[in-house]
Amino acid sequence: MASSKPRVKVPKTASKDEVITIKTLISHKMESGQRKDSDGNPIPRQIINKFTCDFNGKTVFSCDLEPAISANPYLEFSAKVPESGTFKFTWVDDDGSEYSTESKIAVE
Amino acid sequence: MTITRRQVFALGAGVAAVAITGLPRVALAEEDKVQAAIDAFSGGATPETANVTLTAPEIAENGNTVPISFAVDSPMSDDDHVTDVTLLAAGNPSPGVATFHFTPMSGAAEATTRMRLAKTQDVIALAKTSTGKVYMDRKTVKVTIGGCGG
Amino acid sequence: MRNLPGILVAGVAATAILAAGSVLADQANLPSIDGVELKTRVDAPEGHPLPEIISGFEFRTKETQALELDDFTNPGFLMVENGEAAWSTVEGSAGKSCESCHGDASESMKGVRANMPKWNEAAGRPFTLENQINECRTERMGAEAWKWESDDMLSMTAYVGLQSRGMPVAVDLEAGDMMSWWEKGKDFYYTRFGQLDLACANCHEDNYGNYIRADRLSQGQSNGFPLYRLKWQKMGSLHRRFKGCMDNIRAKAFKRGSDEFVALETYLAWRGQGLSVETPAVRN
Repeated sequence: MASSKPRVKVPKTASKDEVITIKTLISHKMESGQRKDSDGNPIPRQIINKFTCDFNGKTVFSCDLEPAISANPYLEFSAKVPESGTFKFTWVDDDGSEYSTESKIAVE
Repeated sequence: MTITRRQVFALGAGVAAVAITGLPRVALAEEDKVQAAIDAFSGGATPETANVTLTAPEIAENGNTVPISFAVDSPMSDDDHVTDVTLLAAGNPSPGVATFHFTPMSGAAEATTRMRLAKTQDVIALAKTSTGKVYMDRKTVKVTIGGCGG
Repeated sequence: MRNLPGILVAGVAATAILAAGSVLADQANLPSIDGVELKTRVDAPEGHPLPEIISGFEFRTKETQALELDDFTNPGFLMVENGEAAWSTVEGSAGKSCESCHGDASESMKGVRANMPKWNEAAGRPFTLENQINECRTERMGAEAWKWESDDMLSMTAYVGLQSRGMPVAVDLEAGDMMSWWEKGKDFYYTRFGQLDLACANCHEDNYGNYIRADRLSQGQSNGFPLYRLKWQKMGSLHRRFKGCMDNIRAKAFKRGSDEFVALETYLAWRGQGLSVETPAVRN
């Protein structure tokens, strides 16, 4: 379903314990399960149902999504940066697929 | 290049048809569903209308993509932080929109996303803290439906 | 004649609220994206049917405008990134990619979208960006043509179009037989179609700025295409929008890529001359 790689925007550097803003966007139809095709048959639901942001292996922020989230889900949130490290972002699809990407940040 | 009266009536008829099908059928059932979702989140506690700020457009140009943000006032310390925030849409086929899970490492209990609204309705944000408090904010978003879909 | 505002919008409570806060921006305050200024309002030259040429951007709410003004929040960039990847992907029997001939798109594709449709001497007709891309694919790459509204095509037109962002729309009507296509497009623009018996001009020339029920009519300018539409929840081509308009007035729509739509695209480019290319724009 996700035809392109997820987009994330994370600052490259931060000061110790700074609270930074992270933006993420992923390509996905977010088929709600409420629609019908041209023959009147319901189109089965297929959405991204879970998003997780880990920092150095620990979950910082996560989110459970419902069909009411728009296509191409956009999430903007905050994270505190105690040390240099790697953010890992994971999106979970109803069909079990996982899409993920990583971003490094350096504490100066 | 003028539009005749007849065309205007034709436009009006289409508009009326859309308006009728768009009406809420059972408003009461909607409130019940929302209340059930609030109770499930709060564990029965009555949410206090404070500390949560929900930001949504007064009028959404298209219900398919409505920007929405919230921010909860919280020290976000180990002892006292927001653990969960849920967004509900009272007039959607099912009220759940998303539930956000925070940790002290989130730094701030705030987020922005984009949601679908089937019609004009209330959007509700509920926040739960590690100290057992439940806070709420509620905003009405007008959704423009009809006109030139294309 | 802009003489029907009241009738078209009668009975729409929401419109009164919207109309109170005029969205039309102060001309001194041009919107910009990463420092690139967008001319969303320009003076019309003599002989132009409009007093002022205004981008669809100006008719949208601040929330929709904000989506376009930040390349990260603009969902159209998901396709731009696909297009960027496809640019250097070798395909077809000739073993070539776009890059093999055209090099760095940010150099070679600058201005291409701004001058479309463009006369193609060999074909003896104007080429839209889609026509040009498919000609490259079938004639030079030995690859299959892309369908007009396919994700592949939209990604490439978005990526190539982006290289002209901020540049003024300037179609060359002197070349070849462009004027006859312009004439044909103009005829189309003023011809009433469908059960509602409406021409493009009835909404987009006579009533822009007014409401048709809950929708605020724009001038129907083409400078942002392909664009991300909130209603579609994806990118779409200009010809998809044409088809949508024709469906709305209950007419039998022409096909994407048809001579009728290419002529209309040619005429619209002329009507929007001087506006900045906004590809990939965001609209409602």
